[in-house]
This record gives sequence, C-alpha cells and structure tokens, in this order.
Amino acid sequence: MTTGAESAGRPKWAARRRLSATFWRRGWLRGLLLLVPPLAFFGLLYLGALVVLLISAFWTVDPLTTEVVHTWNLDNFKTVFTEPTYRTIAIRTIGIAAAVTITDALVALPFAYFMARLASPRMRALLFVLVLLPLWASYLARVYAWRLILAKEGALNWTLEHLGLPTINIAYSNWAMWLVFSYIWLPFMILPVYAAIERIPDSFLEASTDLGAKGWRTTRSIVLPLAFPGLVAGSIFTFALTLGDYITPTLVGGASSQFIGNVVYSNVGIANNVPFAAAYAVVPLLVMAVYLVIAKRLGAFEAL
Amino acid sequence: MDTRATRIGLWTWAALVVLFLYAPIAIIVVYAFNESNIQSWPIEGFTTKWFASTWHNQEVRDALLLSLKAALYATGIALVLGSAGAFAVSRFEFFGRETISFVFILPLALPGIITGMALNSYFVTAGWPFTFGLRTIVIGHATFCVVIIYNNVIARLRSTSPSLGEASMDLGADGWQTFRFVTFPVISTALVSGALLAFALSFDEVIVTTFTAGAQNTLPLWIFGKIRLGQQLPQVNVVVAVIIALTIVPVYLAQRLSRESGILRRE
Repeated sequence: MTTGAESAGRPKWAARRRLSATFWRRGWLRGLLLLVPPLAFFGLLYLGALVVLLISAFWTVDPLTTEVVHTWNLDNFKTVFTEPTYRTIAIRTIGIAAAVTITDALVALPFAYFMARLASPRMRALLFVLVLLPLWASYLARVYAWRLILAKEGALNWTLEHLGLPTINIAYSNWAMWLVFSYIWLPFMILPVYAAIERIPDSFLEASTDLGAKGWRTTRSIVLPLAFPGLVAGSIFTFALTLGDYITPTLVGGASSQFIGNVVYSNVGIANNVPFAAAYAVVPLLVMAVYLVIAKRLGAFEAL
Repeated sequence: MDTRATRIGLWTWAALVVLFLYAPIAIIVVYAFNESNIQSWPIEGFTTKWFASTWHNQEVRDALLLSLKAALYATGIALVLGSAGAFAVSRFEFFGRETISFVFILPLALPGIITGMALNSYFVTAGWPFTFGLRTIVIGHATFCVVIIYNNVIARLRSTSPSLGEASMDLGADGWQTFRFVTFPVISTALVSGALLAFALSFDEVIVTTFTAGAQNTLPLWIFGKIRLGQQLPQVNVVVAVIIALTIVPVYLAQRLSRESGILRRE
C-alpha cells in the first residue's frame, strides 16, 4: 500500500495529497467531474439527435430539390393518419406485436411455473442459463435459421412429411413473422414471469390447498394474479421490440408484410424523406408511451 | 398441490420449450457443414470446405475486423462513461438524479430504428467530424453499451457499502490509492461481466448499425446483405455458426462472473 506514495517523491506526493483532499472535502466537485463526461456524450449526441429528429417531423421535404424545408406544418402527421397504406402498415405492426406478446405469455407461463416450482435447484439453474443463452446468440443467425427451416424444402416440411402430415407453406408471410418474433423474444417473457412466480411464498399455495382449492382454482386465484406483473413486464419487451423491428419483416416477411420500421428505413435511405420518417416513427413512440403508462399502473416496474 | 398429470404435462411443456429454443440453433450449425449450395433439409453431405473458403474471403475478413474494432472501442467508451455515471448516481445526491438514470436507459428502451434514424440525420446534418465510418458506428454502439456497464456497476455499488472508501481515506490513502486498492477491486468483476455483454451486444447489432455505417460493412451487415440477396449462402452459414459459438462463450463467462460477488459485500 505504501510503495506507490513513497516512491513518488515528497513534493509531488504533497500536491497529489492536497488535490485529493480538495476533492474529498468538496463532494460535489467529484460528483460533477464524474457526471460531465457521460452527460456530455448523451446530451450532445444522443438527446441532441432525438430532439432534432422530433422537430424535423414538423418540417417537409421539397419534392423537386429533395431539400428539407424548414417551415412548420403538420403535413407529415396528416399523411400518416389519413393515408390508408400507412394506416394498414401501422395496424399490421401493432397487431403482430400484440399477437406475439400473447403467444409468448401463453408459452412462458407454464414453463416459468415449472422452473420456479417443480424443477430442482440444479435443474432451475440449468434452465435459467438455457433460456438466457439464445438471447445473446446472434439475432440475425436465429432469424436466418427460421428462413431455412420454413423454406419449402426446409426442416419443418421434412418433419411434417415424416410424421405423415400435410406440408405447409408459411415462408415469407405474416404467419412466419409471428412465429419468428415469438421465438426471438420468448426469453424476454420467460425471465420476468419466472422471477414473479419464484417470489410467491410456498405458504400462499399451501393455504389455498388447505382451504380446499383444487389445482386449477389455486392457479387462477393465487398464481396468475401474482405472476401478472411479471407478464406485463415481459410484455413490455416483446411488444416494444416487435414494434421497432424491421430486420425480421425484411428477412422472413412477404411482399405485403411491411412494418413501420421498413417504411421508416426506406424513407431515411432511398426516399430521403427524413421528416416523414420521423413523423411515422412517432406512432410506435406514442403506442409505447401509452403502453408504459398502463404497465406502470399494473405494477410491472416492481417486477422488472 | 400439483397432481401427477399436471406435473407430467409441465415437464413435457418445459422440454418442448427448450427444444423450440435450441432446434433452430442446432439446425443452423448443421447447415454450416452442408456439402451442397442449395439450402434444403436434410443436408446432402458433410463437408468442412466452406470453412476454408470463408476464412479466405476478404470481404468477411474486413467485416470481421471492423466489427471487432467497433465493439472494442464502443466497449472502451462505455466502460469509462458507464462507470462514471454509475458512481455519480449511486454515491452523490443531486437535483435531477432520477432523470439522469432515465436518460442512460433510454437507448435500450427506445426502438433501435429511432436511435438509428436520429443519429443518422444528426450525422448527415453535422457533417464532419461525423463522416460515416468506424467513428459513427462506435458512437451508435456506445449509446446502448453505456447502459449495460452502467446497470452492472450500479448494481454492484448498491450492494457494497460506501464506508469502505471512507475507511480507506481515514487510514491515510489518497483518492487514487482508494480507487486503486479499494473501489476498483470491488467493482472489477462487474466491469468485466458488463464489458463482455457490451462487447457481445455491439458485435451483434444490426438495426442502429444500418443507419450509422455508411458504405462500410460490419459482420452482421454483411450477413444481412447476403441473406437478403441470397448470395454466398454457404459462407453465411459458416459465419453464422461460428458467431453463435463465439458469442455463447463470453455470455456464459459474464453470467458466471456476475454471480461471483466481487471482494466485499454488504451482507
């Protein structure tokens, strides 16, 4: 411990000492020094960019010069809400996000219950890692895997054929998107639901049985209400992530499977109409804001 | 409370879910050894020839190098900014503290397209020094990597007592020594596990990157482009299988490290 200070030499040591004493006495100074770099990064780059983006939603693009015209108007929002194409795409996006959320909730509940209540501690630890790992195993790889599986000559139809069942062609369709999204985000639903069920004290379930409730009654009156905040917490992930995605629709969706994200992406890139893209991106933002307010009411944030 | 039938049912369900989670991953790994150019199931024959040809593909090498660089820089920036932010928020009381932790979490909470689009139009408008390339990719990735480090470090700081640092100062250590011998050892495993996760996240990122890379290709962008156009699929299979193998290792390590408690805990 002493070597560093002694070999540094007297005057230098004293100066360092004084400096550190100043910092110690003036806690705010230390706090400020720590805060400035991350705040500068987020303030200047990230928040700055977000604010400029939101403002630009109220601008328009000159169709001839493709330059952004800085006059305030609501034209972009009018187009977003009145043009049937954009309405259809928004409804499709929100609808599939909702379907994915419900599917994942239904798949995750029994699994999380098994993990928290029936599995041995070792089994539980194993399942925890097994659920966690796919989350980090390349997103693109997992979407691509489904593209291969769902293909006409893919593993799904091969399996169906060998089971003596009729083959199905759901590649490049809304069904494929629903399936792939449900697959990709499933761990995000399992983990919070598991955490919620694990917190239910055993005595609650015993009390319910003692009072004469059969299995289903206990599930409905004890497990489901207590797991509900976990479900809502998981649904924030499954819903928000689906809402903002455009990679999966591009790779496994069909010609008529555009998402809000696809329109936004092509307007930033090819069409070069950032104001319109910004206005359209406000739709998922608004939907998420409303969703988060409701989720907060339902107590999801304590379950995160 | 659960009857035998429900128990068997739940067992089966759990097994099916694990199968559902891992079958696609297993299948994609098998495809990497597919002898044929055509991606049909079952694969026609077993070969490792695509591994060699992928290794010699200059495009893949360039993309891999860019991805590694971007992930390294983004993780480095996130380590500094994320832990500074975590210290400030957990050890100091100041006005607007709640808002700051909200701002840090924003890049994870907002859809990737919004972050990507915002940064893209910002960079286009600002021009230099934000010409599209490694620098803009790193900035984009750093926004969400900071949160990972921030969350990890703040969780660790909450579970250790600030009086450790005070005791060190009382015993005559200066600020640097306290950091070097007390604070840093306490947060070191949280930093390592956070850095591994941030690296994995950056290495895998597509959505923000499509908006900030310009004409450059990171590995995920290369994969995305090839899948979309249906080109060089045997090599895509190999890249994807290798990535899966490689990301699972750091995540497994991070998982183990975050369970280890660091040196000192409050409990």
